[in-house]
Amino acid sequence: MKELFSKDTWQEIFGSIQKNRTRTIITMIGVLWGIFIYITLAGAAKGLDNGFEKAFASISSNSLFIWGQYTSLPYAGYKARRGIQLKTTDVAIIKKRVPEIEFIAPRNVRGVFGSAGGNIIRGSKSGTYAIYGEYPEYIKIATTKVFDGGRFINQSDMDQSRKVCVIGERTVEELFDIDEDPIGEYIAINNISFKVIGVHKFVQGGGFGDDGDIYIPFVTFKDLFNTGENVGFFMMSAYDNVDVVKVEKEVKTVLKDIKDINPKDDEALGGFNLGKVFKDTANFVDGLSFLSLVVGIATILAGVIGIGNILLISVKERTKEIGIRRALGATPRQIRNQIITESVFLTILSGIIGIILGTLVLYGINVATEDLSDFPYTNPTVPLKFIFGALALMIILGTLIGTLPAQKAVSIKPIDALREE
Amino acid sequence: MQNFIKTYMINIKGLHKSYQMGSNSLHVLKGIDFEVKEGELVAIMGSSGSGKSTLLNIIGMLDNYDKGSYELDNVVIKNMDETKAANYRNKFLGFIFQSFNLINYKTALENVILPLYYQGVDRKTREAKALKYLDDVGLKNWATHMPNELSGGQKQRVAVARAMVAEPKVLLADELTGALDSKTSKEVMDLIQKINEKGKTILVVTHEEDIARMCKRIVRLKDGVIVEDKKITQKKAL
Ligand SMILES: Nc1ncnc2c1ncn2[C@@H]1O[C@H](COP(=O)(O)OP(=O)(O)OP(=O)(O)O)[C@@H](O)[C@H]1O
Ligand SMILES: [Mg+2]
Repeated sequence: MKELFSKDTWQEIFGSIQKNRTRTIITMIGVLWGIFIYITLAGAAKGLDNGFEKAFASISSNSLFIWGQYTSLPYAGYKARRGIQLKTTDVAIIKKRVPEIEFIAPRNVRGVFGSAGGNIIRGSKSGTYAIYGEYPEYIKIATTKVFDGGRFINQSDMDQSRKVCVIGERTVEELFDIDEDPIGEYIAINNISFKVIGVHKFVQGGGFGDDGDIYIPFVTFKDLFNTGENVGFFMMSAYDNVDVVKVEKEVKTVLKDIKDINPKDDEALGGFNLGKVFKDTANFVDGLSFLSLVVGIATILAGVIGIGNILLISVKERTKEIGIRRALGATPRQIRNQIITESVFLTILSGIIGIILGTLVLYGINVATEDLSDFPYTNPTVPLKFIFGALALMIILGTLIGTLPAQKAVSIKPIDALREE
Repeated sequence: MQNFIKTYMINIKGLHKSYQMGSNSLHVLKGIDFEVKEGELVAIMGSSGSGKSTLLNIIGMLDNYDKGSYELDNVVIKNMDETKAANYRNKFLGFIFQSFNLINYKTALENVILPLYYQGVDRKTREAKALKYLDDVGLKNWATHMPNELSGGQKQRVAVARAMVAEPKVLLADELTGALDSKTSKEVMDLIQKINEKGKTILVVTHEEDIARMCKRIVRLKDGVIVEDKKITQKKAL
């Protein structure tokens, strides 16, 4: 160990490395390439991870949707193929039996899923937009924001079945003049006059909404489209740190119970949650990181084996020199240590160069993708512990792989080594 | 009392050595009895294949022997492990080879330093010491030169300095003039004689009569045994 820090050891190593410059460089490229691949891939994976995180940051990842479909199994005297209709009365039961739910918003819609949208007229301008019947809870779950100066539907709108609406940015653009404040103005929805109380900014959240959607109170919607207590679908959010995938199952179980659906029927209720999408993405990125780890380690391994190979050749080439050294009094240990240190040194040196090059490439990619906001790729870094792990791996592998040629170097009798030409 | 105890620098009795080549065995040394006192300058002669180098390599602990006994400065040398052998070589023995055996990517000085490096001598001391020995062989000004920038005679003198730097008890030279012209050979032998005059025990393997005559004793080998061993009047090299 003492020898590791002595100037002489290093002089010996540099001497033999300098002597075999081409050989050394070719060898190093193997390991360099391995660690370079590893750093670039791992960094890219991390960059994607960060990118996805940023993209999902605006979405409440713990929200979920549930809707009714058709049963696929007969149950409790009902035949299969029965349509399941959600009702507003389900809300209280779900809230009571699934305490993980924080908010629940029954929703109805016209204008998506094949139904006709509302005909909107304002003065001489008109258009067709999707109309949503909403509970005030909706705004607490969705990523949608209402611009300053306006508001979302509130409880008294509901209580009094007010004819008020929140319209989208695009609707404002299409139905109003520039510089015109839509708040307080009136638009006609299917020939009934509604007062605009807010404009929403739509944020893409993996659902089906868009920036033209018009929200009106759920009860007003009921009167307008004659939907009674029917609910198109439920949108819910679970409390933080709750597994939404599990919550979705629980809600479905409750609904199956109150709607006489066979517990084994997976067709009767539809559901979607962002938690799953989130998890899938995370799994994908994890997979990518793992892949880069495997590929990186494999390449590093190949590189290190290359170093071992070259050292083995060099030990053969240098048999005579080793013989001379031993004639001059070098002990087997001193010879062995020199070759192992050479191996480790070469491995680490090429590793560090690989890390630097990999980092530069990552930096380049980062600069190039900075302005591409659609591209989910942010701040590609490789965690320090990975780098140190890679370095540790290289020290271990370098030592192991150096042992073979080192052993070979001392296994030859000094006299045989000297006789070598 | 002490004058009566006969001690030898090298004391070999009934030494046998065979080389195994597949199923064949080549009996090279067939019972060598050989003593060398401190301060002697011995030429080992014999025709090619007579076993001169084999004997020298055994004395130099580079090779092992099968039968008999060998004592170096009263230490029994037999079946020594490599680490111990390396330490003995380092402290007791200096080697000079026909082909110089300098490490070609090290300067003259670095080559001379090497035995001291393996001895663990600190940098300053060993550099100064190596320089002194280079000076002794007249190559102080060539210290920073690479072997390929030196003539054959200069290379061999660097090798002599390297063999001497660790102050060994015995200097072993195998055909040290074999690659040199007669003028350079004489210069190198002059160096050997001077070192011997200071009391160093030296063994020179050669097949050149005039080189052998520059020694003080000639031992002749033939078919693995010593056929002649005589003291001679030394001829000055220069
Ligand atoms: N490692 C070995 N394996 C097998 N045989 C060997 C080995 N080394 C030497 N020999 C044989 O042993 C015999 C003596 O060899 P050695 O080198 O001692 O002769 P030498 O007297 O030094 O000859 P030369 O004057 O040519 O150098 C030779 O026949 C040689 O072929
Ligand atoms: Mg020989």
